[in-house]
Amino acid sequence: MRSFPIGGVHPSDNKAWSRGSAIETMELPDVVNIPLSQHIGAPAVAKVAKGDKVLVGQLIGEAASFMSANVHSPISGTVTAVDMQPNGQGLRQMMVTIKREGDEWLPEIDRSTTLVEHCDLAPKEIIERIKAAGIVGMGGATFPTHVKLSIPEGKHAETLIINGVECEPYLTSDYRTMLERGELLIAGTRIIMRAIGVDKAYIGVENNKPDAVKHLRELLGGDKSIEVLSLKTKYPQGGEKQLIAAVTGRQVPPPPALPIDVGAVVCNASTAVAVYEAVQKRKPLIERVVTVTGKHLASPKNLLTRIGTPVEALVAKCGGLPEGDVRVLNGGPMMGRPLVNISMPVMKGCSGIVVMDGGDVHRGKESACIKCAKCVEACPMGLEPYLMYKLIRKKAWDDLERNDIPICIECGCCQFTCPAYIPLLDQVRFGKQTVMGIIRARNAKK
Amino acid sequence: MNTLIFTVVTLCVVGIVAAIVLYFVAQRFKVEEDPRINETEKMLPGANCGGCGFAGCRAFAAAMVERDDISSLYCAVGGADCMKRIADYLGKAAPVKEPMVATVRCGGTCEKRPHTNSYVGTQSCAIASSVYIGETGCAYGCLGYGDCVAACAFDAISINPATGLPEVDADKCTSCGACVKACPKGIIELRKKWPKNRAIYVSCVSKDKGAVVMKACKAGCIGCGKCFKVCEFGAISIENNLAFIDSAKCRLCRKCVGECPTGAIKMIGLAPLAKKEEAPKPAAAPQPEAAQPTVIEKSKE
Repeated sequence: MRSFPIGGVHPSDNKAWSRGSAIETMELPDVVNIPLSQHIGAPAVAKVAKGDKVLVGQLIGEAASFMSANVHSPISGTVTAVDMQPNGQGLRQMMVTIKREGDEWLPEIDRSTTLVEHCDLAPKEIIERIKAAGIVGMGGATFPTHVKLSIPEGKHAETLIINGVECEPYLTSDYRTMLERGELLIAGTRIIMRAIGVDKAYIGVENNKPDAVKHLRELLGGDKSIEVLSLKTKYPQGGEKQLIAAVTGRQVPPPPALPIDVGAVVCNASTAVAVYEAVQKRKPLIERVVTVTGKHLASPKNLLTRIGTPVEALVAKCGGLPEGDVRVLNGGPMMGRPLVNISMPVMKGCSGIVVMDGGDVHRGKESACIKCAKCVEACPMGLEPYLMYKLIRKKAWDDLERNDIPICIECGCCQFTCPAYIPLLDQVRFGKQTVMGIIRARNAKK
Repeated sequence: MNTLIFTVVTLCVVGIVAAIVLYFVAQRFKVEEDPRINETEKMLPGANCGGCGFAGCRAFAAAMVERDDISSLYCAVGGADCMKRIADYLGKAAPVKEPMVATVRCGGTCEKRPHTNSYVGTQSCAIASSVYIGETGCAYGCLGYGDCVAACAFDAISINPATGLPEVDADKCTSCGACVKACPKGIIELRKKWPKNRAIYVSCVSKDKGAVVMKACKAGCIGCGKCFKVCEFGAISIENNLAFIDSAKCRLCRKCVGECPTGAIKMIGLAPLAKKEEAPKPAAAPQPEAAQPTVIEKSKE
C-alpha cells in the first residue's frame, strides 16, 4: 500500500456522521459578505461600489497581481457596502456586502447539466479561463490554480496528481464530490492534463473510501492515462509533499523548491470539478461543497453552498449549535482554525465546518516535556518539534531557521501525539510566522 | 607507601610546570583593556536588561568609556544620579533625559469589555494575537496573558486579577522598555514621569470607528475629538479615530478628562477638575476614583 515515508498519525476519522448524506443544495442567503482576499497572495481589488447591481457570476474583485485571484458575486442583487468586516478570527478585512434580489445569472454562464468532455482549447486559453474564474486550491491552502498550472520556464511537468485523499478527520466534502460528481472530476482532470501537457494523471484516494475508488475506476473504464490509487489511511496523506512522495516516490526538496521541481502538479478533487465548470461552462468559483459535521450536531450534512453564505446559516440548517461550550472550526480538527465569529462567510477554501462540544473543546493539562521524541517520530517533514518548541521559548530565531522551521506544514501531528499535551502546533506556527517575517524582511533589504 | 609518594610528587611537579607555562602564556596573550570599563560597569545597576540597546551592562560601559560624546547613551534603570556619577568619573558631560514610566494604554476591564469567547491555547499574548482577535470584541486591546509581566526584570508590572489588565508600579518601573517590546498589541508606551506619579493619558489604542469601539468596549476612545478641541497646549492629536496625548506637551491641566464621553482619558494622582472653572493647582488629596462612576452611567444611557 502506497504511503509517505516518514511520520504521520492515525486520528479517528469520525467521517461516519456525514459520509452517508448526499450533497444537498443550501438555500440562497439573503445577504452575503464576500471577502476580497480568499486566497494566498495579494487581495483582489474591488470592481464594484455601493449601489451597483450585480448578477450571479459577475466579477466584483479583480486579481491585483499574478499571485492573486478574481472574486465573483455568488448571488444577484445590490452592493450595499464595500467595507471592512470581521472575518472568522474577528479581525477586519475588506469585504463586499451584497443584498440578494432573485437569482439572475450572467447570460454567458452555461447552467445546463450536460457533460461536455471534448476540449480542444490551447493550454494558454485553458489557464486564462481558470484565471478568469478565480479558481484557487479548494483543499484549504487556497493557492491560485492558474499560478500552479503556469509551468515556469525551464521546468517540466510529468505527472498530475488529483488529491482526493481528504485525510483530515470529519470532512467528507471531497468524498461526496468524488461519488456524486465523479464525471465532472474526471473531465476536469483531463482539462488540467491538457493545460500542463502531461499524459499521466493519478487520483489519490485514502483506502477508507473504497466506494469512491471503485466508482472512479468504473467511470474511467479502460482509460490508462488516469489511474486511481488507493493510499494508506494515514494523516497527513493529503499534504501536497506527502502525496507526491506517496504517488511518485519523489521528495520535494526544501523551499524555495516547489512540487514542479520533481515534475509533479497537485490539484484538489473539488478544484478539478471547479476547473471543469470554469473551462466548459464558463462558471466562476461561486459555490462549493462544505461538510458541516460534529458529534452532537442534529443532522450533519454535505451542503453545496454559495460562497459568502454565513457559517451560522449552515450550522442552523444542520440542527444548530449544541448546548454548552462549543468550538466551531473552519476546516477539520487537525488543521482547522477556530472561529470566534460564526457569521463569517464561507470562503473558497472552506471544505468543512466542524462543531466540537463537551470534552472535545478542552485541552489536556500541559506538563513537562520528557523528551520521549514521539513528536519527532510523528513529524512527516522530519523536523524536531520538541526542539523547535524550546528554541521558540528562547526566541532563538536564527537557530530555528537553521532547524528548517519554514518547511513545517502545520499539520499538527506533533501536538496530536504529544503525551504531555504541550501545545506544540501553537508554538511552532507562531515561530514559523516570526521566522518567515524575518526572512522576508531580510530579502526585502537585499 | 612508595606509590603514594610517587603520586603526590608527580602531581606537584605537573602542577608547578603547568603554573609556569600558564604564567608565560598569560603574559604573552595579555588583553589590554581600559580599567575604566570595569569601574564604570561597577557603577551601573547590573540588571543586564538591555534597555539601553546594548547587549548588557558591560557592553554599555565599554561604549561609555570609548565614545567622546555620550549624550546619546542613557541607562534608564540607573537614572540621572547614576549617569552623573559615571560622567563625572569619566570627565564627560552627563547625558540628560527626562524620567519616563511605562504606561498601559488599555482601559478594557472585564466589566467594560465583555468576553465573547474563551481561549484555550498557549497562554501567551504573542501567540494569541498571531492566531486571532482575542477573547473580546476589540482587536487592539490588552489580551491579558502577561507577556509584559514575563518581560519585566524589575517586578514592576503585574496583572490585576479584578480588571484583567496589567498595572505598572511607577516607583519600581525603570523605563527600560522591555514591556513595550514584549507587547504584541503595542499598548504600552513610555511616557514622561511627573512628580508623585501623576499622569493623564488616553487609555485606548483602538483605531476602529466609534461604533465598532462602542460595541466591543465601553471604555474605548471613539475619536470624537472633544478633547482635541479643549486642549490649550496642542498636546492632543486625533488620528485614525484615536486621540493621543503627547506627554511632552501635556501640562496636566485636566480639561480633556471631563470632556471624554467614554472615560477613555485616564487620570492618575490628580483630583478631577471642578465643573466649568479654571484649573486650580492640583488638590492635596487625590481622588482618582471619583470621576469614574459618573462616566459609566453616562455611557450606559
